[in-house]
Formats: sequence, structure tokens, C-alpha cells
Amino acid sequence: MRLDVRLFARAKDAAGAERVTVELPAGARVADLRAALADQSPNLRPLVPCLLVAVGNDYADDGALLSPQSEIACFPPVSGG
Amino acid sequence: MQRLTEKPIDFAALTESVRSADSGAVVLFLGTVREMTNGRRTMALDYEAFGPMAESKLAEIEAEARRRWPLDRVAIAHRLGRLELGEVSVAVAVSAPHRSEAFEAARYLIDTLKQTVPIWKKENWHDGTSEWVHPGLESNGHDSRPLAGERPVPPALPVPPRPLREATR
Repeated sequence: MRLDVRLFARAKDAAGAERVTVELPAGARVADLRAALADQSPNLRPLVPCLLVAVGNDYADDGALLSPQSEIACFPPVSGG
Repeated sequence: MQRLTEKPIDFAALTESVRSADSGAVVLFLGTVREMTNGRRTMALDYEAFGPMAESKLAEIEAEARRRWPLDRVAIAHRLGRLELGEVSVAVAVSAPHRSEAFEAARYLIDTLKQTVPIWKKENWHDGTSEWVHPGLESNGHDSRPLAGERPVPPALPVPPRPLREATR
């Protein structure tokens, strides 16, 4: 399945794009997405262990299942306020 | 009032919006752009948000605060875009029957906002460099690792101390 991943803040700058597309097998989980991002984007790789992953409007842990409908965002720790 | 805004936050209007005859206490917290951080001089901050999720998380933390304290009204606004020194980046206004729950809820709301709401600030330093602020990451980002653990833990709503009101009644 092809997944469209939104990036923010330093992740966006590192990848040089607001969105990246990741190809993953059906049944993939957030941990697989993390590995795929590290593989396909060398500039993003150092950040990947620290990225928070959101599916829809909620944080998702590494075990969370992804589907072709998942709206995915990845970003480093937040710093609002 | 919009929770996320590119325009200056009218914190007087925000405060007024939570006042009512049901409350004996109103607390306002303002976060403002500070010039000096660890000896470095800031020129301006840029704020970015993942809008839909930020709105959702703000609603969630407000609901959680209401679950924990008997609040009257709550208003939160966060500024986005370029902010100059001294400008208001965030405002949290809370009203409640008594001051202890108003203070505690306001503290909870700003602390939880800073930990869970997907908003980021970029420091634009006086020396011409700039960098995103990501707590727990080193500033240049190229050899950074999480400070603890191998995997980041998605932020959960922190548990605040028990409301004082039960002890003070």
C-alpha cells in the first residue's frame, strides 16, 4: 500500500518536503513505517528514532496497524507554548 | 475565538470571554517571546502547527481539565507564524467557582499543551542562525538521539496532583 506521510518542523526541513510517499505491505505497522522512512530518506534517518507518529488526530505507538486510509503525520517532539 | 490564529491574541477579550457570575476566580496565563535563552539572544520565533490535530488535542485537554476540576469556562489561543520579542504566543484563560481549581487547571492546561499539542517553535537567533526546538533532541539534529529509551513514547495526558478543593472544604 502507498501511504502519504505529512512531515513537520525539523522532519520537514530534513526531508526537504512537506510530504513523502512510503510503500509498505498490507498489515504494516508504525514500526515498519519508521524503518521505511529511515531507508528511503538518509537525511531523515537520524531523526527517525525520535519521531512521533500520528494517525488521524491521535498519537500511534509502534505496534499500531496502518491501512491505506490512514492519515499519517510524523514529527519530532512538540514545542508549542 | 479561534484556538489557532495568525493574528495577535487579544488576551483581554479572551479573559473577558471566561468571566461569568458563576465564577469567583479567573486565571490567565500568557506565554510570551523571551529574548535570552541560555545566554543566546533570540530575534524572533516562528510557530508551526499540524492544525487539525492541534485543534483536536486542545479540545481533548480542555475536556480532561473539565473532568478533573469543576470549571466554569475555558479559553485557549495559540499564535502561529512569526512572533517578535515580547509578543504573546499562547493564552490560557480559566474560570471556576474558587481560585484553587482555576490555578490548578490553568497550570495543567499549559503544561499539557506544551507536551502533547502538535505545535513547534523555531528559534531565529541574533547571530542569523535558526533552529527548530524539539525537547530531548540536540540542536543540530544530525546526530541526535532520544534522551531516554530507544523509542519515543507518544505523549499521554499527564496526571496532575489531586485537586486541592477536596482538602480545603
